[in-house]
Amino acid sequence: MAMLNFEKKYRVRGGTLIGGDLFDFWVGPFYVGFFGVTTIFFSFLGTALILYGAAIGPTWNVWQINIAPPDLKYGLGAAPLKEGGLWQLITICALGAFISWAIRQVEISRKLGMGLHVPVAFSFAIFAYISLVVIRPVLLGGWGHAFPYGILSHLDWVSNVGYQYLHFHYNPAHMLAVSFFFTTTFALSLHGSLVLAAANPPHGERVKTAEHENTFFRDTIGWSIGTLGIHRLGLFLALNAGFWSAVCIIISGPFWTRGWPEWWSWWLDLPIWR
Amino acid sequence: MGKMTHREAFWDLILRIGLVAAAVFGVGMLFTIEYPPVETIQRGFRGVGLVQNYHPDTVEAQLAANQVPEAIEPADPDSGPATEVYQNVQVLGDLTDAQFIRVMTAMTEWVSPEQGCTYCHAEGEELSSDSLYTKVVARRMLQMTRDINTNWQPHVAQTGVTCYTCHRGQPVPANIWFTDPGRPHTAGLLGNPAGQNGPAPAAGLASLPSDPLTPFLMGGGKDAGIRVNSDTALPSGNRQSIKQAEWTYSLMVNMSDSLGVNCTYCHNSRSFRDWEQSSPTRASAWHGIQMVRDLNASYLEPLQSVFPPHRLGALGDVAKVNCSTCHAGVFKPLFGVSMLKDYPELAKAGGVTGVPVDPAPAAVPEPGPAQTPGAAQPPGSGQPAQ
Repeated sequence: MAMLNFEKKYRVRGGTLIGGDLFDFWVGPFYVGFFGVTTIFFSFLGTALILYGAAIGPTWNVWQINIAPPDLKYGLGAAPLKEGGLWQLITICALGAFISWAIRQVEISRKLGMGLHVPVAFSFAIFAYISLVVIRPVLLGGWGHAFPYGILSHLDWVSNVGYQYLHFHYNPAHMLAVSFFFTTTFALSLHGSLVLAAANPPHGERVKTAEHENTFFRDTIGWSIGTLGIHRLGLFLALNAGFWSAVCIIISGPFWTRGWPEWWSWWLDLPIWR
Repeated sequence: MGKMTHREAFWDLILRIGLVAAAVFGVGMLFTIEYPPVETIQRGFRGVGLVQNYHPDTVEAQLAANQVPEAIEPADPDSGPATEVYQNVQVLGDLTDAQFIRVMTAMTEWVSPEQGCTYCHAEGEELSSDSLYTKVVARRMLQMTRDINTNWQPHVAQTGVTCYTCHRGQPVPANIWFTDPGRPHTAGLLGNPAGQNGPAPAAGLASLPSDPLTPFLMGGGKDAGIRVNSDTALPSGNRQSIKQAEWTYSLMVNMSDSLGVNCTYCHNSRSFRDWEQSSPTRASAWHGIQMVRDLNASYLEPLQSVFPPHRLGALGDVAKVNCSTCHAGVFKPLFGVSMLKDYPELAKAGGVTGVPVDPAPAAVPEPGPAQTPGAAQPPGSGQPAQ
């Protein structure tokens, strides 16, 4: 793929966080950088370990391959390789790869003189993963509380952990997260349909601009958030969805051990109507 | 920024009030939750999420509340039959005099420690007199205890039960239930919330049917519509609805709270219905459900006409048992300590049947709770939801 003609002037030296000029080059369209190298290293090692785990496991059925965390009896210590140790190594690789990727985004942003919005947004996703496999297990005192790496097995984990709290829909942070997820898709569909509608007028008419887009929503709901504003809103909604997802699983167990419906007794017990 | 206009000042004030309110609310939330550490127990293959969670404070309080009283000295083996000393001994006739007195003493300590013997034996009357309703009930409860210990071992095993398992030093056990009269509502389809849309104490404050006990724990068929899952991937005739599943959900939450466990104590939620994937405790629980139904149908409900009105529920029904009556929020009653081994008198089979509960003809039963407006409607087994 040839480089776009204006792209060359953005390929500037510097902006690296570590290693100086060492990996400050591009391979084809891809910036490498020190953290590109670590990303590659952790990704390949982690994937290889997953394949090894599958190879020593009972099945090659892609749905059923399962690399499970250790038993709770190992607490926060290291487990034997075939009894969860593999999961621990893969988790380290995953964290290394995800965090490297985010830092590489920072370096690219610095080269381009952009804000750090992209790595910040991506770190919310990393935070959700860290909540599941580090923060909550540490608070509960065992790596065995994290989820297993397998297509069906991780779904079993999700289901059973939900039923550990009798009815997970009563988890207040889960309520917020679900609402934000739905709102995110709703906002995205409104935005996407608006842009497509403006960009695809009937045959023979000119493509419409932001003025038409704004007018559509002013006519509809009396107000338009605007072209920049819709992206701020989208980012706000999406980050909140991920953030409250992380909160909802962190509080389940470490900060509440019973059924979530029961947590709402504070509402019933408010002095104004108790 | 220059001087604020009136409008800006107004919004600035609103913002400040909002921030203070949010801060107060947020700090208040911190008092509604528990804090680590947490005690966790793995009950399945690693990583499947089959785990029980306990807060140490809860466990400590429960251990303190479930201490077993010291056993009375064993009865003197050289003693004549109780029937030679006492009149009107209908259930414990197979005991010796010493054993009989020992059981009476233990019962007083377990059930009416403050009221003493006269709680059942009317003052100034013969000990044989049945003039107090409490004595008639106590006799029936002795039969029930022996029945449980001899015929319900699939559930109670060798641990067994004694009066103390439920009574805990109180004449009326703390964890009994009556049919929920429901909230008043207008007649017709739209007015009937089917026991929902309010926090149901019987269902752990969830907005589930508020009285799952009446339809599921008062007799009925062997499974009485509890099982709603299909056993095939594609539709093949199972007419159970989500609405009916909510009745089951409500009962299951009640059982969970009764035992202080979560759903994964018995089920692997990837398939609630599949026995192969369920914990062995589910089989115990199944026998428990059958036992509770039998106890309600055979022992409690026949006492309807014996109890005075102030011992009956809002709909005039008799006090009934569910899982919590014995378990009291613990996975095994009294944390699995067997009091029965010290009281072999309560593990005999004699006198369980054949004793009339009440010499008077059975009273006309109250209008069935199922027909009472607002009361729990049993989900029709195999029928589509109403």
